[in-house]
Amino acid sequence: MDDFFTTSVLVATAAAAIRLATPYLLAALGETIGQRSGVLNLGVDGVMLLSAFFAYWTVLSTGNLWLAALVALLVGLIMGVIYAVITVFFEATQGISGIGIFIFGLGFSDLMFRQQVGTPKPVPRLPSVNIPFLADLPYVGEPLFQRSLMTYLAFGLVPLTVVLLNKTTFGLNVRAVGENPQAADSLGVSVERTRFAAIMIGNAFAGLAGAALVLQLGIFQPNLTQGMGFIAVALVYFGAWRPWGVMGGALLYGVVNATVLQWKALGIIPVSISDLAGMAPAILTIGALVLLARRVHAPAALTKPFSRH
Amino acid sequence: MPLLAAAVAFAFGAIMLVALGANPFEGLQALFDGAFGSGDRLAATAVRATPLILVGAGITIAFRTSVINIGGESQIIAGALLSTVTALSFPGLTPYLLVPMVLMAGFIGGGIAGAIPGALKAYASVNEILSTIMLNLIMVQFMNYLLRGPLIDPYELEAGTRIPQTQRLSDNASLPTLVDGTRLHLGVPIAVAAAVAAYFLLWRTPVGFRLRAVGHSPKAARAAGINVQRNITLALGLSGAFAGLAGAILVFGSQGQRMVTDGSAAGFTASAGFNGIVAALFGGLHPLWTVPSAFLFGALLTGATQLQRVLQVPSSLAVALNGIIVIFVISSSRVRVRLKKLLENSSLINKPDQEETTEAT
Amino acid sequence: MKTKMRFTARLFAVLGAFALLATACGGDDDTPEAGGALTVAIVAPSASDDLAFTQSMVDAVNALDREITLSITDGTFIVEEAAAAIRGYAEDGINVVIAHGTQFGASLAEIAPDFPDTTFIWGTATDTQGLDNVFAYHPAADQGGYVNGVMAAAISTTGVIGVVGPVEAGDAVAYINGFIEGAEAGGATVNVTYTGSFGDVALAAEAAEAHITNNADVLTGTAQMVVGAVGVASSNDIPWFGTQANQTSLAPNLVVASQVYHWEVVLEEMLALRDSGTKGGQAFELNMANGGLVIEFNDGYSLSADVKAAGEAAIAEKSAG
Repeated sequence: MDDFFTTSVLVATAAAAIRLATPYLLAALGETIGQRSGVLNLGVDGVMLLSAFFAYWTVLSTGNLWLAALVALLVGLIMGVIYAVITVFFEATQGISGIGIFIFGLGFSDLMFRQQVGTPKPVPRLPSVNIPFLADLPYVGEPLFQRSLMTYLAFGLVPLTVVLLNKTTFGLNVRAVGENPQAADSLGVSVERTRFAAIMIGNAFAGLAGAALVLQLGIFQPNLTQGMGFIAVALVYFGAWRPWGVMGGALLYGVVNATVLQWKALGIIPVSISDLAGMAPAILTIGALVLLARRVHAPAALTKPFSRH
Repeated sequence: MPLLAAAVAFAFGAIMLVALGANPFEGLQALFDGAFGSGDRLAATAVRATPLILVGAGITIAFRTSVINIGGESQIIAGALLSTVTALSFPGLTPYLLVPMVLMAGFIGGGIAGAIPGALKAYASVNEILSTIMLNLIMVQFMNYLLRGPLIDPYELEAGTRIPQTQRLSDNASLPTLVDGTRLHLGVPIAVAAAVAAYFLLWRTPVGFRLRAVGHSPKAARAAGINVQRNITLALGLSGAFAGLAGAILVFGSQGQRMVTDGSAAGFTASAGFNGIVAALFGGLHPLWTVPSAFLFGALLTGATQLQRVLQVPSSLAVALNGIIVIFVISSSRVRVRLKKLLENSSLINKPDQEETTEAT
Repeated sequence: MKTKMRFTARLFAVLGAFALLATACGGDDDTPEAGGALTVAIVAPSASDDLAFTQSMVDAVNALDREITLSITDGTFIVEEAAAAIRGYAEDGINVVIAHGTQFGASLAEIAPDFPDTTFIWGTATDTQGLDNVFAYHPAADQGGYVNGVMAAAISTTGVIGVVGPVEAGDAVAYINGFIEGAEAGGATVNVTYTGSFGDVALAAEAAEAHITNNADVLTGTAQMVVGAVGVASSNDIPWFGTQANQTSLAPNLVVASQVYHWEVVLEEMLALRDSGTKGGQAFELNMANGGLVIEFNDGYSLSADVKAAGEAAIAEKSAG
């Protein structure tokens, strides 16, 4: 245990936690915006897989990481349009349509990968970008300021999302539409257009999350996300639909995962209980929520399709 | 309209097949042939549909109480594990006792796995989407731990191959085959019976009435003296129990009579925890209609293997096609409503009073 | 509600009609091939080009020295689906059906007796379940693990080696235990992390990072998620030892050697037995002595002569049995 509490190990664990948290955070932030407008999207994992594949394919073909991120964003937007049409226009039941998107994303990304790539080939990974001065700070320098641009983007989007939701007209519309669409509608807010926009933004974020994941790893495999999108959805609930809370959840998840891995490497967690230790992130997430036991308020219109009376 | 949706979805599938250099008509034929082509295949379809029926019926109970259960995977696994332990503990018992016991164990195991998120929601305000997703992760690790550890086949340890599976479980627990030469086993009628039971529970018993009342309006239910918290826990518990029963049937209806893991949930459950939700929704969230819709979905899944084999296309094509079908069908049931509204809005006809459909998802 | 009932009923009716139609024009069975040429089918749990388990079997069949018509059903890790595929191939009259996945054994117990003329080949497994038309195979993965371990210890300057494993089971644990034995014989400390999943690439990558934080300067691992760990090794200029398949393409300058499964060695024996009338009933082990396990060195990595010598000594030791 002493081995763990050395500076270098603790710092490295913190860095790992932030790296691990990045895709979760991006996806969860997007889902937060969507859910605040009253729409549940269980298909995040599918969107992440699709955008991850296309980002990977782009880098494989062009070597350009920026282009890959752009492609991922585009894929997210396209899926957002599709989901918005299904949800807002067709008013399909949200839980199930989300799962349909997930199943489709899983299968299609797998299919495209097999057909277009086949054997996994590594691609250049996201480089770390050191922020001058800050990167040299003791202790916090490495974990916080020597990360990739994607990570900075993810964490930077947290305050931006707060501003978006709370300080802009659009954000006001989103919240209104999520709480009481009838009232919003009678006040002249277009429920459909607001939700459409929220869904598109949310899915665009999910697209970026997919890019973050695949470019961080430098390789794609079928079902790369292994359920990450679902966990991101869970984190929205954990964060009580507030961006800072969601960030807290993503970090908690990242920290626990990173710590468990570090303890396994150090032998603090013996191999014999390795799988039990693997439960830790999930158990701790639930545990934290139980302990925090606050009365959280979900957007009242969450999952309810809107029809004008 | 839903037929049109299914047709459009298949059209997409046909396009994908053509893009892969395969003949879509052969594909369609392979799909049907694989699902219905022979008595044996029909039986396989029924067997494949069984967990879907059970999970789906359980889902309808949860949804009618306005709770979402996406923890089917964990509940199936929990039921399977408890039933396996039961069979390992009482191998010598007569089948007349052991079979019901393992099924009951499955029911209980899944029930516990469902009641935990239920209680967490009811008494600690932990949203069930979060807790069920987390429990899915927890259960997989637990399964891996048990199957490579305490429950591992002693032969594996001896031989050093350490394959994470149990020993061959007692034949006394195996579900009897109903039609010789096919794989149709007792699990199939049990699943159908369970779906019927779910229907009776929801609409013909006070328990079901209370569940539905809570689903309709927790405030009104509370005002009427119904213990909302207990009913929410019960709803998720029952939903989980049905899934757990599916887990037991997966183990004891299988050809291998043992539980083996490949490290993931889907390797054991075939994603029945998610596909069951689809089946339930296709059946309009009504337990009885879940049966044919699960059967159809099962046919799709079974036929897809034949598709893959005959056309040499990757299995992921079938997965992608499933997703497309789900999306189209679930959208289509509303297309007619939507089109009608569009027409009404545009021609300014007197709109009939429309209920806001507060469908629980 | 009624709408949905009507819809389901109608859908059912139409599909049912289609089904009857399709059954009426069902496909015909192929007749089995005669002579030395064989029809072979592989049913495998992961993709046939996964640089790991499944690919090794596909490569092996393609390397066989006879005329083979090969069909593959891959990605079927779900036992029911695999069982349907296996049975389907047997019904089509395929001569040899390879069920490349331990979890398929249970299904074979039911299917094999129905098709006494078909040879079923099953792995990884050590016994044939008493069936006389089933051959079983398994790799003695610990042998290659040992050799890799010896070399890893020789290469390492910090004396710390990191291992990234999936779940402590199957040929993964055999490889890793062999590796530990070899590395510790060479005086190194081995840290092992089992991530708990066969497919979680992100977790494998972070597990590798954790090892590097602890001064590991050589890494190894097993299972398909290992590509994540190789990526991390690659970014940190850390040598990598592979298993199951030749992993050089993942890090052309850093992969030192890979234990490659050459299933064709045992497949040849099995097919020869089949030619002479024995359709199954024997279990085979892939090991260094029979050439089933081969340590393939990567020329792209500059390996010092003494490390190579140590490796070859270890190979010789294991080949002697």
